[in-house]
Amino acid sequence: MTTPLETTEPAAAQAAAGAGDERPAWRGTLRYALAKAGGALFSIAMVIVGTFFLFRLLPGDPVRNMAQGRNMTPAQLDLERHRLGLDKSLIQQFFDFVGDTLRLDLGMSYEYKRPVLDLIGERLGPTLLLAGTGLVIAVSLGIWQGTRAGWRHGSRFDRFSTATSLLLWSVPTFWLGLLLMMVFGVGVGPIPGIFPFRGIESVDAPDGFAYVLDVASHMVLPCLTLVAVVYAQYLLVMRSSLVEEISQDYVTVARAKGLRDDEVRRRHAVPNALLPTVTLVFMRIGFVVGGAVTVETIYTWPGLGQLFYEAVSVPDFTLMQGTFMLITVAVIVMNTLADVAYHILDPRVRSA
Amino acid sequence: MTETQTAADAVATTRPTLLEARDLHVEFSSRGRRARAVDGVNLAIGAGEIVALVGESGCGKTTLARTLLGLERPTSGEVRYDGDVLNYSSKALKEYRRQVQLVLQDPTGSLNPRHTVYEAVAEGARIHGLPDEQEVVTSALSRAGLRPPDRFFLRYPHELSGGQRQRVVIAGALALDPKVLIADEPVASLDASVRGEILALLLKLRADLGLSALVVTHDLGLAWNIADRVAVMYLGRIVESGPVEQVLTAPRHPYTQALMSVLPESPERVVLTGEPPDPTRIPGGCRFHARCQILASGKAAEAGVADHCRTNPLPILPSTADAQAACYYANNTT
Repeated sequence: MTTPLETTEPAAAQAAAGAGDERPAWRGTLRYALAKAGGALFSIAMVIVGTFFLFRLLPGDPVRNMAQGRNMTPAQLDLERHRLGLDKSLIQQFFDFVGDTLRLDLGMSYEYKRPVLDLIGERLGPTLLLAGTGLVIAVSLGIWQGTRAGWRHGSRFDRFSTATSLLLWSVPTFWLGLLLMMVFGVGVGPIPGIFPFRGIESVDAPDGFAYVLDVASHMVLPCLTLVAVVYAQYLLVMRSSLVEEISQDYVTVARAKGLRDDEVRRRHAVPNALLPTVTLVFMRIGFVVGGAVTVETIYTWPGLGQLFYEAVSVPDFTLMQGTFMLITVAVIVMNTLADVAYHILDPRVRSA
Repeated sequence: MTETQTAADAVATTRPTLLEARDLHVEFSSRGRRARAVDGVNLAIGAGEIVALVGESGCGKTTLARTLLGLERPTSGEVRYDGDVLNYSSKALKEYRRQVQLVLQDPTGSLNPRHTVYEAVAEGARIHGLPDEQEVVTSALSRAGLRPPDRFFLRYPHELSGGQRQRVVIAGALALDPKVLIADEPVASLDASVRGEILALLLKLRADLGLSALVVTHDLGLAWNIADRVAVMYLGRIVESGPVEQVLTAPRHPYTQALMSVLPESPERVVLTGEPPDPTRIPGGCRFHARCQILASGKAAEAGVADHCRTNPLPILPSTADAQAACYYANNTT
């Protein structure tokens, strides 16, 4: 056996410390963000290229599709093709498409005979309003319940809230939407129809604050549907990462230092457990732009989701192309932001 | 043996008891079965004394440590600090935390990855409202051997080596000026070269600050290097205790002998047979009898205690500084 080690001095501990990397942390973050932005730009370029070929690969002749049901002579069809630039070579069409897209000219909608960008601009507002509100509510609800459930996992609250959220998660959106519309929109038996369920505003919408109330009441049912179906994922991610965090030693150490339970939760467990949730939320923000196709269609909400649905059912290729690119780009941008946010929030990732 | 240790032993007998477990029981129920993790323990730690608690995994030593810290409540029995029974009201517990601090095995897990060294060390001081936080942090870091302290303030745990991380954990504990450190396998996850440094640090803290420590370990070499007294735990109970050189050079309990025999210096190995201990099914009689090599070899029968071993439960060892073993054979033959 060895002898006691009273004389060993901790020289190594000091020597290794802080050797010369005093450069400001933000610079590393900036470099990281730029690299990520470069990657995102590349992805977006690939999306533009991919979109072009994807929509050219779709079966059917767009001009014939547009002419559906109407009698057109071959000459008229050719004229239309020429107008849309479809008579040029594929290469020429490709370069035209890329050039137009870079100038944010997404072409004319076949169906509406208006620029796709204008249509998107009109529909973006309602979509952001509905899907954005839904996201905020779903995220808050999910994180709140997930935190409570994870902190006391196995408790009655945990079992009840997890089961409820999973049940709603498994319910088909259209079914739940129709059900809510029937019960709270139309009214069933003694329950009167309370909330409007068509569109974003009443035909005779008043002005000012009353208008805000009118829109808000139109939002209740679609929002409820949206939240009910998706909040489970925030709850489950939050719950499981919290369960993982509270089994960590630093939680025990914090408790042993004299922190009360709620302080341990607030200062240590919850902020760390939020990290995976942050990624999820950012990704979902990307999809918010796409709107909720099902919910918007059920409640005839004049948003992008409904626009996309209409574009697919016509089919209106330029409109599909435009909305498709918008949604993809939004997701890419949000993913990039999520990466950067994670980088800022988690020091472990920062140095990696 | 060195002079420091013998000197420490001479003091040990006169040291007043600081932290004490009296007839402590801690039970858990899992899937309808009761696990008696700590099943009757008397243990006293004197002021300025380092006690090593050794035993194999699952013997209840970590539960005992957690209970001494007030992180786990005893089913029966009591924890006493400075003569007073530990009070589990949140206010009293918070006050107690200033006196008794914890150091865990894995320094990486013990530090919040998103807190800087400064935040980690300052947290205790902040919670307890100590004045001059920066001074507290600076002095705690330098006492833990991280010098110059301000170079470490803004570092994150992942930027440090394992040994430095453990020093930060120790600094976090020292920031509160505790009287007792409870260290659960404090060096088990560190490299051999760093182990020596951390052990030297613990000894230095005892010498400089008069800190008491309970070091939980499965490593007898560590116990030998650092402790004044050692307590060997088996299946929820202390089976042998006493001054470290007495217990480790002349172990009396067959379990301690078996533990000692696996050290490289040992002439012959004792291989324990039978099932590993299960705290949900503690055997009657001596709790070690099913695996006891003395009983199996027939020596216990020769000494005429074999029936006792199998049927009569042993009394709980009192908390005394002298060498003692809970074994019919050992107590009958010596």
